[in-house]
Amino acid sequence: MRYLPKSPADREAILKVIGARSIDDLFAPIPEEYRLKRDLKVPRQMAESEIVEWFRERSRENGDGLCSFLGAGAYLHYRPVIIDALISRGEFLTAYTPYQAEISQGTLQAIFEFQTMICELLEELERMVTPKTACVLIQSPNFFGTIEDVAAIAEIAHRKNVLLVVSIAEAVSLGIVEPPRQADIVAMEAQSFGVPPSFGGPFCGIIATREQFVRQMPGRLAGQTVDREGRRGFVLTLATREQHIRREKATSNICTNQALVALMVNIFMTTYGKVGLRELAKQNLAKAAYAAQQFGKHVKVLFPGSPRFNEFVIATSEDPYAINGRMLGNKIVGGLPLKKFYPEFGNASLWCCTELTTRTAIDTAVGFVAESERSIRSAKEESVEEVAG
Amino acid sequence: MTGKIRKATRHVNQNEGLIFEKSSPGKAAWKLPPLDVPEVDAGNLLGASERKDLGHMPEVSEIEIIRHFTRLSTWNYAIDLGMYPLGSCTMKYNPRVNEVVARLEGIANGHPYQPERASQGALRIMKTLSECLIEITGMDAITLQPAAGAHGELTGLLMVRAHHESRNSPRKKILIPDSAHGTNPATAAMVGYAVENLKSNSRGMVEVSALEAQMNEDVAALMLTNPNTLGVFEQEIHKIADILHAKGGLLYMDGANMNALVGKVRPGDFGVDLMHLNLHKTFSTPHGGGGPGSGPVAIRKFLEPFLPRPVLTTKSDGTLGFDYDRAQSVGRVRSFYGNFGMFVRALAYIMANGPDGLRQTTEDAVLNANYIRKGLEGTYDLPYSTPSMHEVIFSDRVQAKRGVKTMDVAKRLIDYGFHPYTTAFPLIVPGALMIEPTESESKEEMDLFIEAMKSIAEEAENDLQTVLSAPHSTRVSRLDETAAARKPVLRWKPEGS
Ligand SMILES: Cc1ncc(COP(=O)(O)O)c(C=O)c1O
Repeated sequence: MRYLPKSPADREAILKVIGARSIDDLFAPIPEEYRLKRDLKVPRQMAESEIVEWFRERSRENGDGLCSFLGAGAYLHYRPVIIDALISRGEFLTAYTPYQAEISQGTLQAIFEFQTMICELLEELERMVTPKTACVLIQSPNFFGTIEDVAAIAEIAHRKNVLLVVSIAEAVSLGIVEPPRQADIVAMEAQSFGVPPSFGGPFCGIIATREQFVRQMPGRLAGQTVDREGRRGFVLTLATREQHIRREKATSNICTNQALVALMVNIFMTTYGKVGLRELAKQNLAKAAYAAQQFGKHVKVLFPGSPRFNEFVIATSEDPYAINGRMLGNKIVGGLPLKKFYPEFGNASLWCCTELTTRTAIDTAVGFVAESERSIRSAKEESVEEVAG
Repeated sequence: MTGKIRKATRHVNQNEGLIFEKSSPGKAAWKLPPLDVPEVDAGNLLGASERKDLGHMPEVSEIEIIRHFTRLSTWNYAIDLGMYPLGSCTMKYNPRVNEVVARLEGIANGHPYQPERASQGALRIMKTLSECLIEITGMDAITLQPAAGAHGELTGLLMVRAHHESRNSPRKKILIPDSAHGTNPATAAMVGYAVENLKSNSRGMVEVSALEAQMNEDVAALMLTNPNTLGVFEQEIHKIADILHAKGGLLYMDGANMNALVGKVRPGDFGVDLMHLNLHKTFSTPHGGGGPGSGPVAIRKFLEPFLPRPVLTTKSDGTLGFDYDRAQSVGRVRSFYGNFGMFVRALAYIMANGPDGLRQTTEDAVLNANYIRKGLEGTYDLPYSTPSMHEVIFSDRVQAKRGVKTMDVAKRLIDYGFHPYTTAFPLIVPGALMIEPTESESKEEMDLFIEAMKSIAEEAENDLQTVLSAPHSTRVSRLDETAAARKPVLRWKPEGS
């Protein structure tokens, strides 16, 4: 087996040192009746080239080369190549959780920078509040792509003395949409920042809060400190919240989290930075605005009065699954039919455009929808004529 | 110093500030293509919701980013640099082909909501991995949704609770051996159970008579790690299962230590009702500095109705799809379908091994732990002489007499070019040195490790201060954790703010 660094002679030598006659001696603690005396029924040992080919085939069966208008919590944005170049370094890829600070400063400083950038993006959560018991939870942009009036909702929530929790699923929106600075807690998905959709995971969930709640927050936190010579360094901190110290009294039970994904997000944020994030967001805004306008010539675009970022809902006359089925023949994945989640929405579907969505793709998709409307209309007219005739 | 330290020497270790300290207006590492649709006025579209400023987000060039993160990376230790004997964490080689296949276009860019017709590749990967893991564990069904081990425990106990509730016998307690990892009691508490401690016997195993005495109709399940955290196989596992089952309790196995068992014995064959696996341990997906992981939960048939939604199914036409219509499901435990990218890597690992490779891997893991045990026995105290499987647990009893604790030995090990072992648990061994070499270490690397550990033991006798003030070869040493926690500084702020 090519991952194993021992020759048969090494194994024999080790057995001899241990004083075992054969490897079976070492498995003697397992009661005989349970020992597996056959091969596991798993695929046979494959060459690297075979493994790559097997997964290539799966990749081809999985929408490789399709152009997609899906968003709804997983977004396809361009990923600068330096992200993979850097996270592929073994020192990041193959390290454990940074418990031993002296030999984990790379990971720890990166987490500290990540924490800083997320706070900058969300801005100082501005209000000081006293602990309260209930909360209001909203998402903005919401599932239909519409930006909520967080300030107004916050005002109501806080008047009623409840905490406001805001969730953000499309991180790129933060480049051009006001952050929910009135929130007490922000729950955010940062996948949009350089993390591939990867059929739904791994992603990078984030919780941000006011400083006063930090001791109630779950998860790993990196904090700045000094070493015995007074040099700046970083450690995992506030461990008294955690399971390895407090066991059943722990308020944080997160051991392995999403560190490498957070590093992708970190590098993405660093690459686009203060100006690029805004320009990127603006392109998303422009693409979605153009698409909504083009669709609007043929079908109703819902929630017309509310501002939106890169997603919008259209209502077609025909079942969106049928239209999408035809589009798929042209290598386009149409918007997400909403009836799966909201039966009352009938034929509505949720469309997403990012900076990667081309005008040609938009025009083609609009063409399919326009064609669908035309044929439904002419079918109706025909049946009216028939009745009249 | 360098004479006796054979593995490590010096290397260039560059200073590097925070990225914010390099930022200045006008530098950029990005370039967008020209817009192919009309420009928009953000103020018009967004009104009061328009954001005008992005605060102190950095402005730096591409080369600075490359150097910044490359320099930071050199401050980390990693498996790619050498043995990483963190007990219970199974720090094995992370094959590079795993990374290549996870980045294939249709796999990395597959959208979780794309039509099932266009998702057959991803679903086939999930199906094949599920079948392999069911076969390896000897269980009947599996969910891949949980994101890591602790999350697998949570998912498992939610299913335990749903099972008991469906039989109108809600129960109050979870039994947990005193040797358990902290996530076990924390999980039980988070699911709303009371935690009852189960004492280990002098051989480091569950005391069957104590279990018998503590078992009653209030106990929902026992959470057991096997091999347990002493690296010891629970030989009376079937009696344990029988005692639980006789009173309607379930046997939950923490599968963190499956690297000792794969291909040699199957938990489903020794009475386990449900268990989680850590794909980021046993199945080689990289730890990435603390994740992402994946913690599938394998179950016996009678728990199937409670599986998280959606469940992967084969349809009548032979294609794969998701079944959302599961009335008794504990619900979703994760958005979409779990950490799919980790499924890809774990399956690539299983394929690279095959049945023979998996068995050889397990044998080598156990062989290595026993080699280290043999090499250090006599130098370090072995609190339990019961045979070791994939890891060996020593204590600092001998060295502590000189004032050298397990953490001091661990810090000194860094100077010798190794990552320390686990020190935090098991709690039943005061001053534990929990050493898990995994199968990925050659005899030469282990010899260096044994030599280093022996040399540190000698230093504890003859050169005490060198040990107590270690590490000496790192950028920073013995950081002040108390100060960090007392007045937490969790983000950078510009000077003067
Ligand atoms: C025995 C045991 N159980 C559970 C866990 C938790 O696993 P994870 O880090 O994947 O949440 C660990 C991890 O260190 C472990 O060693």
